Amino acid sequence: MSSETEKILTTDGIPLEESLKQAEKKNKIKAFLLVAPLLLFLIITYMIPIGDMFSRSIDDKMVTNMLPKTYKAMENWDGKELPPEEVFEAFYLDYKILVKNKTAGKLQTQLNYEKNGFKSVLKKLARKQKKFEEGNYKEQIMKVHKRWRNVEYWRAIKRRAPSYTYSKYLKGVDMYSNEDGKIVQVSEDRRIHRILWIRTVEVAFFVTLFCFLMAYPIAHLLATLPMKYSNLLMICVLLPFWTSLLVRTASWMILLQQQGIVNDFFVWTGLVADDNRPEMMYNKTGTYVAMTQILLPFMVLPLYSVMKTISPSLMRAGKSLGATPAVAFFKVYFPLTIPGIGAGCLLVFILAIGYYITPALVGGASGTLISNQIAYHMKSTLDWSFASAMGLMLLTGVLVIYWIYNKLVGVDNIKLG
Amino acid sequence: MSKKADFVKFDKVDKSYDGKVLVVKDLNLDIEEGEFVTMLGPSGSGKTTCLMMLAGFETPTNGEIFLDNNPISNIPPHKRGIGMVFQNYALFPHMTVFENLAFPLKVRKMSQEDIEKKVDKALSMVSLGGFANRMPGQLSGGQQQRVAVARALVFDPAVVLMDEPLGALDKNLRESMQYEIKHIHESIGVTVVYVTHDQGEALTMSNRIAVFNDGKVQQLSSPDKLYEEPVNSFVAEFIGENNTFGGEVSEISNGTCKVKLEKGEIIANPISVKSVGEKTTVSIRPERALINPKDKMDNNQKGKIEEVIYHGDHTRVRLNLLGNSEFILKVPNSSQNLDIKLGNEINIGWNSHDARALDPK
Repeated sequence: MSSETEKILTTDGIPLEESLKQAEKKNKIKAFLLVAPLLLFLIITYMIPIGDMFSRSIDDKMVTNMLPKTYKAMENWDGKELPPEEVFEAFYLDYKILVKNKTAGKLQTQLNYEKNGFKSVLKKLARKQKKFEEGNYKEQIMKVHKRWRNVEYWRAIKRRAPSYTYSKYLKGVDMYSNEDGKIVQVSEDRRIHRILWIRTVEVAFFVTLFCFLMAYPIAHLLATLPMKYSNLLMICVLLPFWTSLLVRTASWMILLQQQGIVNDFFVWTGLVADDNRPEMMYNKTGTYVAMTQILLPFMVLPLYSVMKTISPSLMRAGKSLGATPAVAFFKVYFPLTIPGIGAGCLLVFILAIGYYITPALVGGASGTLISNQIAYHMKSTLDWSFASAMGLMLLTGVLVIYWIYNKLVGVDNIKLG
Repeated sequence: MSKKADFVKFDKVDKSYDGKVLVVKDLNLDIEEGEFVTMLGPSGSGKTTCLMMLAGFETPTNGEIFLDNNPISNIPPHKRGIGMVFQNYALFPHMTVFENLAFPLKVRKMSQEDIEKKVDKALSMVSLGGFANRMPGQLSGGQQQRVAVARALVFDPAVVLMDEPLGALDKNLRESMQYEIKHIHESIGVTVVYVTHDQGEALTMSNRIAVFNDGKVQQLSSPDKLYEEPVNSFVAEFIGENNTFGGEVSEISNGTCKVKLEKGEIIANPISVKSVGEKTTVSIRPERALINPKDKMDNNQKGKIEEVIYHGDHTRVRLNLLGNSEFILKVPNSSQNLDIKLGNEINIGWNSHDARALDPK
């Protein structure tokens, strides 16, 4: 036996390790070049947008940049009493430029977020400042509106001094940091986001559950039927999958509306009275029905791929050993399908938690989810930083679920096909 | 306790899957208690179907199967108490070896103590004592096979079915497992119904062999009888090697008959021929024909050696004899200096008793 420290040499005298590296180098480069486009694609379309989203969600440079002199002057102000003359002067000079450049509106909006009623005060100042004389700006500004004598407003300005903020994240869970810098909940009637988060998780959970309950027998049938029939059934599963999402959602709208086919059928069978047709759309019911149908293939396919690998002789073995069909199913078959269940549930849950189109179309007011809220801020209020913050919270939530899942089941157990 | 001669009984069983073709036709089979019976046959001969009907995974289309005199067609598989070893072992991959063996005991609601005792016993029976906590995936094919056998036996079933259990093993392992299963059978005396398409396996292990073809039992007898005295040309052909001559019976008298071939005539033992003029296939085992026989034999023919293949313990010689160029001889490699060289003409002799005139092919 050769000693362990002795290096093995090739016939040419080069250390074996080095020689192996040399020989594999070319292949490694080739392999890297082959995946490079994908890597680049991922970086451009995935990593960079997420990074951008993050920086946008905490970005608060706008106010900082609009009032550079003010914030410089404020550095020495302890915030307990009204600020000294230099701060007033600096604020006047900053604000004058903003009014001149016609960008004062943005500042007004931003500061109004911080302190209600700031907008009107600033607007008045914008009108009056043209007639200001040089010197003693404190007196002049305070004369414009009595609120300038209130230290609260100056504190509000100072709070916006840092160029980064986590206030958007707090807003996402219906909290804010108050004048004293404490994090508190918003008043009860304004807590809308928390309801949406809970509803989103609830809808995603139940959609996953319904998908699982419906997909399990289908997948089992697919895996056990003879090829001739299973192919047909597979097409039935996949056909909706290939149909446009919008078309499918629209067709659910036709089916579920109050004068729709499902309601007509209920009335025809006498299940409900004609003048008392249930509302199945523009509420949670509609969201549940349509999302379950749309996400069903994502549950069926992983389950099917796992079930396909389970030998039918295992169930037979279970029965021949004396287990009733039910016991054989739960002790033998079911545990073997867990990797498929895990994959399917994770897939459906993650898709459902960020679902947008379907709840937007059939969800109505009580069926909209957090993604609809994000879209609302993207398109209507143009508060992109808040939309980014909520998007990232959603992403974090998904990652947390994935982590928990990994702890419980183990990602190695996932089988997607 | 006397052994029941018809512990397992197939009574006029027919089976059809599609309503057009019968895969099992009018099957009648009695299996004695404690017996090792092998169902042997080519694939598609209905042997596995029979096993599945006995296990309860298929129902007979017609007829009835009795286990210990009770009809079992309407009893679901889990109430039959029949152990089964599957072709691909069918061990539960998510359970340890112990859990696999404990499964049939747990569903029978045995106490934990009894379970442990029985599992231990079963594992030591297949000499896998230290493997209780392994997963099936960590075992070799042969070990998995033993676990499967132990699992089928651990709950003391009256009958154990084995469906080509050694099919996936390599040759050496297969042979040692054959002996092992045979010994287990002998030591615990359970009734075994074994399915295989490997005749060597069947001959080694069984008390009796049922040769299946075309949905029917062609012959049911002990291995030696099956080999020495096949009742028809299918069995003669299927079991072991076989030299055949096709011809017509030209004379029949007490115990022997003459069969006229295309070239020449031979004396044979009339098994399934009754009268002159019948077509027949005469079957002779290769080792029954001798070169230059010392004792007097009633068949003596000259043949030309066409091929000589050395096999170690014996030499195979292919002859052209009476127009049959596929006549095989097995010559033991003893020191006897026989003149077996390619192209030589040699004398071949055999007894008419060993030349069985069977049904024509």
